[in-house]
Amino acid sequence: MAYNQRLENRKFDETRKIEAKVGVIKRADGSAYFKIGNTWAYAAVYGPRNLYPKFLQNPEKGILRCHYNMMPFSSTGDRVRPGGSRRSKEISMVTKNALLPVLDLKEYPNAVVDVFIEFTQTEAGSRCAGICAASMALADAGLTMKDMVSSVSVGRVDDKLVVDLDYSEESYEGGPVADVPVAFMPNSGKLTLLQMDGEVKKEQLKELLELGKKACKDIYEVQKAALKKKYEAKGGSQ
Amino acid sequence: MNQSLHEHLIRALKTGKRFDNRALTEFRKPVKVETGVIKTAEGSAKVTIGETEVIVGIKMEVTKPYPDTPDKGTIIVGAELLPLSSPDFETGPPGMQAIELARVVDRGIRESGTIDFNKLCIEEGEKVWVLLIDICTLNDAGNLMDASALAALAALKDVRFPKYDGEKIDYKEKTKQKLPLDSNDTLEVTVVKVGDYLLVDPTTEEEKVIDARITVSSKKDGTLCALQKGEEMPLTADDVIKMVDLAIEKAKELRGAL
Repeated sequence: MAYNQRLENRKFDETRKIEAKVGVIKRADGSAYFKIGNTWAYAAVYGPRNLYPKFLQNPEKGILRCHYNMMPFSSTGDRVRPGGSRRSKEISMVTKNALLPVLDLKEYPNAVVDVFIEFTQTEAGSRCAGICAASMALADAGLTMKDMVSSVSVGRVDDKLVVDLDYSEESYEGGPVADVPVAFMPNSGKLTLLQMDGEVKKEQLKELLELGKKACKDIYEVQKAALKKKYEAKGGSQ
Repeated sequence: MNQSLHEHLIRALKTGKRFDNRALTEFRKPVKVETGVIKTAEGSAKVTIGETEVIVGIKMEVTKPYPDTPDKGTIIVGAELLPLSSPDFETGPPGMQAIELARVVDRGIRESGTIDFNKLCIEEGEKVWVLLIDICTLNDAGNLMDASALAALAALKDVRFPKYDGEKIDYKEKTKQKLPLDSNDTLEVTVVKVGDYLLVDPTTEEEKVIDARITVSSKKDGTLCALQKGEEMPLTADDVIKMVDLAIEKAKELRGAL
């Protein structure tokens, strides 16, 4: 058997439709949404702000906290119970690790930068969408950044290597499936998120990383355009 | 309470204007309702009042009915004041404000006869539909209560039953079946008192210095179906009637956005 046809005639190296916007949550210091297919991530950044309790403070540099959360009605199946799960905790942690390399928090000793990532709806690829939204929100908050972070899942569906698996591909039953969420700093080309679940050969992994890097470059352009749009619009009205 | 902010607001109210130049009984603009915004929910709505944004999503499940109402479906309302939506909200279990928000919205719907719960019964004593109504805040710029109630009503109207074969629900497939809703439905409006002045649609800044508030749930025909007084200042019966009158009038106006 072979996997020949993706939904909606998508090419194997093509992402689902992406939409991104910056400055969507007025109360936040920086915010963005990133929508890919039916997965819709909002991110809000608060800070750098005071960090309490005090023992959490680091006098050498500020800390970054990330919170990944699905709204109760955001899953294609049953309602998601509010409050953290082991899954959301782990994703929060890898999200933090994916974003931290681009930040320079030495300027903010004893402070915290909080990133809240919320999903209104999900259908595969949520952690990657969350990372994309979060890095745009960090930039919108005006934090010093070395690079952006762009993220997508790549993987294998049966005999094909694909970019941005949808739900039908994650749950494909006609052959082996592997899901490999990656995040890249698009300018330096370095990897800040790598997870995998499924089976792939070493040669395939190499190819998948290339596919991911290329897709992340395209996503980076979308992120950049959304950031520029907010500030162009401001300049125009004044 | 921030006493100087309280005095400052009262000085402004004396001139008939609020900090944002609104009249006392004027809602912010726009009041916007978008339905069907969440593909994974059976019904959903996003409400914008000024800069306040709230999403309500409704998921449906089949469950065993409560023993005292074996032939009635039910609702469960939850509210999450997401830390994404305000620097004042924190992660963790719901606090007092979130619990009150959920319970007041719940009572408004439950006690009003808006939903015909008998029609949500599948098999008496065994299976009924339960509506899981979840309120999530996107941006808190004040008056989450009215925004949430409006979004909840709009989301109820947006519900389409998922496919159910008597055993399992197929959430991927929505049917055309809508909820059994009474056209004489209910909507909540909160009237707040600051000093001697009555206001509607408070901003977060105004909310810090409110002396008293009443949330009034009223039907289209003006019948009252739920009330909740909040904050510490006692009210006279006269105050209450004035506040209820104002709330009913404003509810009519808000329905225009549905």
